[in-house]
Amino acid sequence: MKRNIPAIIGLIIISLLILTALLAPVLAPYNPTDQNLYQRLQTPSRQHLLGQDSLGRDVLSRIIYGAWISLKVGSITVGISLIIGISLGLIAGYIGGIVDEVIMRICDIFLAFPGILLAIALMSIMEPSLNNVIIALSIMGWVGYARLVRGQTLSLKENEFITAARSLGAGHFRIMLRHILPNLLAPVIVEATFGMGGVIVAEAGLSFLGLGTQPPTPSWGTMLNEGRKFLLIAPHLTTFPGLAIMIVVLGLNFLGDGIRDIFDPKKRR
Amino acid sequence: MQRYLIRRIVLLIPVVMGVVTFVFLIIHMIPGDPVDLMLGEIAQQADKEMLRTRLGLNDPIHIQYYRFIKGVVRGDFGISIHFKQPVLAIIIDKFPATLELTLGAIVIAILISIPMGIIAAARQYSIFDNSSMLLSLIGISMPNFWLGPLLIIVFSIKLGWLPVSGMGGLSHLILPSITLGTSMAAILSRMTRSSLLEVIREDYITAARAKGLSEWVIMVKHALTNALLPIITIIGLQFGALLAGSIITETIFSWPGIGRLTIQAIVTRDYPLVQGCVLFIALCYVVVNLLTDLLYVFIDPRIRLSE
Repeated sequence: MKRNIPAIIGLIIISLLILTALLAPVLAPYNPTDQNLYQRLQTPSRQHLLGQDSLGRDVLSRIIYGAWISLKVGSITVGISLIIGISLGLIAGYIGGIVDEVIMRICDIFLAFPGILLAIALMSIMEPSLNNVIIALSIMGWVGYARLVRGQTLSLKENEFITAARSLGAGHFRIMLRHILPNLLAPVIVEATFGMGGVIVAEAGLSFLGLGTQPPTPSWGTMLNEGRKFLLIAPHLTTFPGLAIMIVVLGLNFLGDGIRDIFDPKKRR
Repeated sequence: MQRYLIRRIVLLIPVVMGVVTFVFLIIHMIPGDPVDLMLGEIAQQADKEMLRTRLGLNDPIHIQYYRFIKGVVRGDFGISIHFKQPVLAIIIDKFPATLELTLGAIVIAILISIPMGIIAAARQYSIFDNSSMLLSLIGISMPNFWLGPLLIIVFSIKLGWLPVSGMGGLSHLILPSITLGTSMAAILSRMTRSSLLEVIREDYITAARAKGLSEWVIMVKHALTNALLPIITIIGLQFGALLAGSIITETIFSWPGIGRLTIQAIVTRDYPLVQGCVLFIALCYVVVNLLTDLLYVFIDPRIRLSE
């Protein structure tokens, strides 16, 4: 970690995100849903550091509460995707043959939908809500992990320590879980760190399109969507929530780069 | 080469079938009655029944599936409920706008990233290298649904240089292209840099240097041509990502392409059109990826001649 400045910056940003999300009720100066229709679209002031939105709500408080939404979507989605992806990847890589073929072809079908198209398609039939966004993004998210884990498993299972474990009488399940899984976790953690940034952006993107989290829930994407209608008169409604998203994603990218360098010194640039 | 080509296309068949099946299932995954959702629950019973018959929803599902696949093969994606026109005709009508935007984004991305990557690689660890790589990381982290509105605030509202939205001449294309192309530029500049750094350690670069060629000639003529392969691959693979990214960019700039059409179709609950748009974008992506793979084989003699 020493001298890896970006990684440290990343770690600080993500720690701040987690703290902000957990301490939102303490940190936020106002209730994020309290309206004040007499003070609509106010620019930043001493009472409202980041201004007020179209319903007179405090933008800073909404951004602070939005951190919780982003963290929740990011961690739950990545968690579900990891469970599905690691299981299927291990099975495909370890068992091989027709099982591998079937799982990989399913991955190919999911990969035929670029970017968030699949999530958009899924959200078109589901009620827009935070939980459904998590479901849609998880359905989309596991594929990358499955392919990564499969590739790692394929090369790991040829190692001598696996032969040794097998000759000592270890069962397939035990070999997968105790011998292969721990050895492939490093690249998976790196991928998951980048993946979390992707999920946070995807949630905000869906909410921006009106297909994700619904008002009055203070999601950063929803705030951007609302702010878009007032670009001419209140650009601060767009500037600040977007800045929050970018800082968090940048933090995750820094952290991912840093973790990769720690695990794999060869790739250090 | 031929065997590779055939293998590659055969492998695509299950993928395309899977995509078509998924898109077919969209309308059947709707919780409750899809007709209720499309027309609203207060619609007349007779209207609902008419739509149900028109969409063939009364038939058994396997017959509907067969009819859907037959339609897709013949280029018949159904009739849009909202526009009352064939879905494919509407999509084809909107496609040139999306293509224009996507190509604009690629041009912007290449213009920014290739020179940036070359200079960064030539001056490794310099201030330019470090700051351009930081810039590209910011570019990757910047969501296009924020960048677009920011560009509008600065260049359209504050400075008044460029139009806020809509499609027209070149001036209308600039902001949407930058919005869509920035993340690709960021990825591409990192790729160009790392690809060049690998190449310039080769012996033939040392040989060129020993001949006394200028650093510029070495970089562009000797190194870049050899580093181009991964760069072209990224451009190809990113093309599909741009198609998906155009959904958000087109919505921001009211750009009359397929992306905005998709969102309009979702908002108006026009499911035949939603299905058509999703299928069309996914198929475009599959085809572009195939072409990228083939181009890759074609331009690299090591792969072409090894078979």
